Amino acid sequence: MLKYIIKRLAMAVLILLGVSMIIYFLIRLMPVDFIQSKIDAINQGGATVSEETVNAMYEMYGLGDNSFMGILKGYFSWLGALATFDLGTSFVHGIPVADVIFEHMGVSFIIALIATIFEFLIAIPLGITAATHQYSIRDYVVTVLVMIGISLPSFFFGQVLKDFLALKLGWFPASGLLDATVSQAGLSLLLDYARHMFIPILTIVILSIGARMRMTRTNMLEVMNSDYIRTARAKGLKESVVINKHAFRNTLIPMVTSLAGLLPSLFSGAIITEQVFNLPGIGNIALDAMNRGDIPFIMGYNMFLALLSVIGVLLADLMYGIVDPRVKLE
Amino acid sequence: MEEQLKNNIPEGTEDTDTPLDQNVRLMSPTRMVVRRFFRSRLSIIGLIMIVGLFLFSFVGPLIYTQWGEIELDESGKTEYATAETTYTVNGVEYTLHQTTEKSLKDNFLAPPSAEHILGTDNEGYDIFVRLMYGGRISLIVSFIAVFLITILGVFMGGIAGFFGGVVDNVIMRVCDVLICLPGIPILLIISTILDASGIDAKYRIYLLMIYLTFISWPGTARLVRGQILSLREQEYMVAAEAMGYSAPRKIFKHLVPNVMPQLIVQMSLSLGSMILYEATLSYLNLGVKAPYAAWGTMINIISTNQDILQNHLNVWVPAGICIVIAVLGFNFVGDGLRDALDPKARR
Repeated sequence: MLKYIIKRLAMAVLILLGVSMIIYFLIRLMPVDFIQSKIDAINQGGATVSEETVNAMYEMYGLGDNSFMGILKGYFSWLGALATFDLGTSFVHGIPVADVIFEHMGVSFIIALIATIFEFLIAIPLGITAATHQYSIRDYVVTVLVMIGISLPSFFFGQVLKDFLALKLGWFPASGLLDATVSQAGLSLLLDYARHMFIPILTIVILSIGARMRMTRTNMLEVMNSDYIRTARAKGLKESVVINKHAFRNTLIPMVTSLAGLLPSLFSGAIITEQVFNLPGIGNIALDAMNRGDIPFIMGYNMFLALLSVIGVLLADLMYGIVDPRVKLE
Repeated sequence: MEEQLKNNIPEGTEDTDTPLDQNVRLMSPTRMVVRRFFRSRLSIIGLIMIVGLFLFSFVGPLIYTQWGEIELDESGKTEYATAETTYTVNGVEYTLHQTTEKSLKDNFLAPPSAEHILGTDNEGYDIFVRLMYGGRISLIVSFIAVFLITILGVFMGGIAGFFGGVVDNVIMRVCDVLICLPGIPILLIISTILDASGIDAKYRIYLLMIYLTFISWPGTARLVRGQILSLREQEYMVAAEAMGYSAPRKIFKHLVPNVMPQLIVQMSLSLGSMILYEATLSYLNLGVKAPYAAWGTMINIISTNQDILQNHLNVWVPAGICIVIAVLGFNFVGDGLRDALDPKARR
């Protein structure tokens, strides 16, 4: 087991190296005068990018030297900085990129976490009923509804909900995270957060339920065909016991594995949803940063995302070996 | 066999005189798949949706030629603005009502009428016509991307699965790296690079889709590889070996055709997700840019314009519905194909 973990960790580092090479290659594709024009635009937009910040970035990425050795040197100096979690200084925010990421990561995480909890709570029972009533009207209706959910573009559906629930009916605020006009504390503050997060979370849940429900249904159908289910029925157990105790428990293996893989990605931010509802999450910040040409931030953000997905894959693989005793890790 | 017999002898007409083989029509596996596919109502609905959208986007502009994709309605529009000012003169209050008339060149935000079936957008373009041209872009771009993904995926997956060892290891590690690359955030960078290089707005979306192809082929490659690993051990492969066939022939003539069922399903499902990707890129103003039309671009306007979001639903809702129809259609067809191609399926 330990040997397996070490091997996987080494692999994860290799994958990260590969990703960093591709991302570094991308920034080298940007012409230097183009970067300068972006910096000028930010300066005109109100924020000031200090000479120091710009020079530090040029040095960190080794920009300007376009010979092969120069690029190689630039890559390793950038990699060295990365290893110490130094992602450079954001042009727009004027503070280290890592700080910006940590500051806005929380909002994204809370929204994603609540949405994921609801996603599991709704999708799993739906998947089970669809599987136990295969080819019935119920199966059809659930399948069609979740398929529509999968097919909705998030920017369109989010805007529809915003237009209808927030602007037309006025039940919920349309954007932001807090009502800035009144100062609140305690319970009312919490309630205000909840009111602001309701529509974004609803959007994410409806869009993501489909995949989870179909996964549950497929797994459940597979399990329901296995011999031990027939044995359980032959013993004369109640159908509810067969389904909830014998069948459902065995569908948990892929579920737990995918949950482990999902955990890191909760921090990554939902770019589109956050943009639609103007939430101060990491995704929205990144979109804004890119539109304004904040190169250090967007590079750091991409490495951050790559790190999260590498950890996700690693966790899922390890979890698979832990929850399923039939799997031997080597 | 049972299924074939049952389905081909009309009830009450069994005659025992003609020999059995003349009485029974044998069905090829392909025909059985087609039959199973059309038995599912959802697949038929999905197929109708897709065929409908294709006709709408590719034949529509040929029939409905009243407006072009980038043809402004310059019939003019008059806008009225009213203002009230209150004056107090000698203790008596007077209200001055002022109406200013403004003549504008373009007939923008026109409501649906006979002239413009779905009205015009904020620039004065005909929305109905732009929906058709937007459909062209979405469908063409997604088909190209899925085609390239499949070719690359089959090639890499085929080689990895067949040769195993070092080749397999290298290809699979490359897949691992590509799978960990972020999608939209990197597209944001690439889009900036394209801005810097001054590429024509018309071709941007194709270049962005090439990146999507580049990060999407590992899914197909893994699928093909997994199938080939198990197919490699089958008897007919031993026979192919004994015949002394070359490796390419064994891979692409004997192994890959057997992966086709899964591939077709995967292709139709990824067509749906490519349409979503294209729409999202255009919505973020990275893909197809004005004045050219794409479904996502047509929705983009509401992210900055609250008035259109609330009061001019005809500008952005139709484009959203088109996206949903396209994606749903491909998902239904993919699902139907999965059931139809599954040899274990009982229905």
